[in-house]
Amino acid sequence: MNIYVCIKQVPDTEASIMVKDGKSINEANVKWIVSPYDEYAVEEALKLREKLPGSKVTAVCLGPERAQNALRTVLAMGADAAVHVESAAALDSWNTARALAHVIRADPGFGVVFLGRQAIDGDASQVHLLLAGELGVPAATNVLAFACDGKTARVEREVGGGAREKIEMAVPCVVAAAKGLNTPRYASMMGIMKAKKIEIRKVPLAETGADEGQNRVRLLKLSSPAEKPQGQVISGEPADAVRELVRRLREEAKVL
Amino acid sequence: MAKIGIYIELDKGTFKKSNRELLSLARQGGHEVCAVMFCADAAPYLDELKGVRTVIQVSGGDLSYQPDRYARTLAALIAEHRLEVLLGSCSAQGKDLFPRLAAMAGAGLVNDCLAVDPAARKAVKPVYSGKLLAEYQVEGGCALFTVRPNVIPVQPAAGAAPEVRAAAMDSGDTPTRIVEVIQAAAQRIDLTEAEIIVSGGRAMKAKENFAVLEDLAQALGAGVGASRAAVDAGFAASDMQVGQTGKVVNPKLYIACGISGAIQHFVGMKTSKVIVAINKDPEAPIFKKADYGIVGDLFTVVPLLKEEIKKVLG
Repeated sequence: MNIYVCIKQVPDTEASIMVKDGKSINEANVKWIVSPYDEYAVEEALKLREKLPGSKVTAVCLGPERAQNALRTVLAMGADAAVHVESAAALDSWNTARALAHVIRADPGFGVVFLGRQAIDGDASQVHLLLAGELGVPAATNVLAFACDGKTARVEREVGGGAREKIEMAVPCVVAAAKGLNTPRYASMMGIMKAKKIEIRKVPLAETGADEGQNRVRLLKLSSPAEKPQGQVISGEPADAVRELVRRLREEAKVL
Repeated sequence: MAKIGIYIELDKGTFKKSNRELLSLARQGGHEVCAVMFCADAAPYLDELKGVRTVIQVSGGDLSYQPDRYARTLAALIAEHRLEVLLGSCSAQGKDLFPRLAAMAGAGLVNDCLAVDPAARKAVKPVYSGKLLAEYQVEGGCALFTVRPNVIPVQPAAGAAPEVRAAAMDSGDTPTRIVEVIQAAAQRIDLTEAEIIVSGGRAMKAKENFAVLEDLAQALGAGVGASRAAVDAGFAASDMQVGQTGKVVNPKLYIACGISGAIQHFVGMKTSKVIVAINKDPEAPIFKKADYGIVGDLFTVVPLLKEEIKKVLG
């Protein structure tokens, strides 16, 4: 099976994010990583390749030049090929999905397409389902369990309160990973060496049909949220402190 | 004035609080509001829907949630009723349904909104896990927004009774087919919609110790969450994780027990109305972010808190 995994390069989870000129972030001193949910997607793609002999995993990434490093990371984890749609344009989720769909559709034998359930920068949480729409294939998101015999995918997704939906869909299909699906592997030294030799195929954005000018969702402004004022520590013996806490929660904060 | 649709989500027939929030938002500004609900009979809910112009009752056939059928039905209703905006809750179902609808209707969508201006088609949502806020505007077609639960203050339903119109449920193909819904062994409160959450961190030390938090949660009618440290250590299930790679929650009261307060965790619960921290370490960063703190061993403080709450709430 020709398995695909779409990834995004995002600022590290620990990074503090500052606004620059109202519409973008200050990238100085930002460490870039593969979005954590995409790592679960990569791991599941590699596991599926191991299960279905003769399969191949291709990673696809849309982003500026630095996004190549994210693709190198995924190649080092074990992906066979990588495609970089190089663009620094501010594309909305739909245009992103169009660009990814263009790359995947060019391969008539594409099978399961994995992504993370959201990228932890824009948190838009919709590229996966828009991509499925562009490709005209079924899709499941927030997936915690995945099985596939090559023809049918059977997944479980979390729907809140501990409940799960069991979904069946024919391949090709799109699967968006949640935490808990698997434990992503680390890149081995051999993997890192091997990854260096793989050529990343470049696709110009213009070729994909995606166009910032056609965005359906337009960013107007980025801002930092107001910081909460520092709270109060209630001192005293535990029993007294607890009594005082409950009193304040009722009388001051009015949440009980 | 805009023509605004609301997708009303029922939970096994129960009218969810998030619906009241969406209705309160839509009723502001004198818009023409149209509520869409998938149910055999809308009558029991009409008191909640006062002030809404039209209730579209989608019925006939199998009404169980199948994403393809729900999305096609809604896409057809958007076109038929020329809705300019459709609001839904950013619930597990909303997050599944609205992007599918966006794809099908060729519409722009903003998920997880904290504020929506329907007439201007603008919304504010957290980005970078809540480290920043972004304001978006949706171009052309019907603007789709899912709203984070527990953000919009609920106003009592007021106004004239709505007109109920019937619409047919789509019965076409289901390429993405839900074959079964597995309920949790014990009914748990959905953290993303919970009003009170009690959460445990690394200091819980063992899975069994979460019973201490369960007891307090039961006294409060709260959900139980966990930090990434507690999940990664195997003390709690991954669907309990609050934080950057877990759930974003927004309760009125969040009680963090034995949680140090790493940014990873904080971004998942920072919009809680009131944060309480219980931690042995007076230097724990969580105390800088909490509204109220108690420095002490959670295994001493939490049971005392449970007793006090039981006493006070009777």
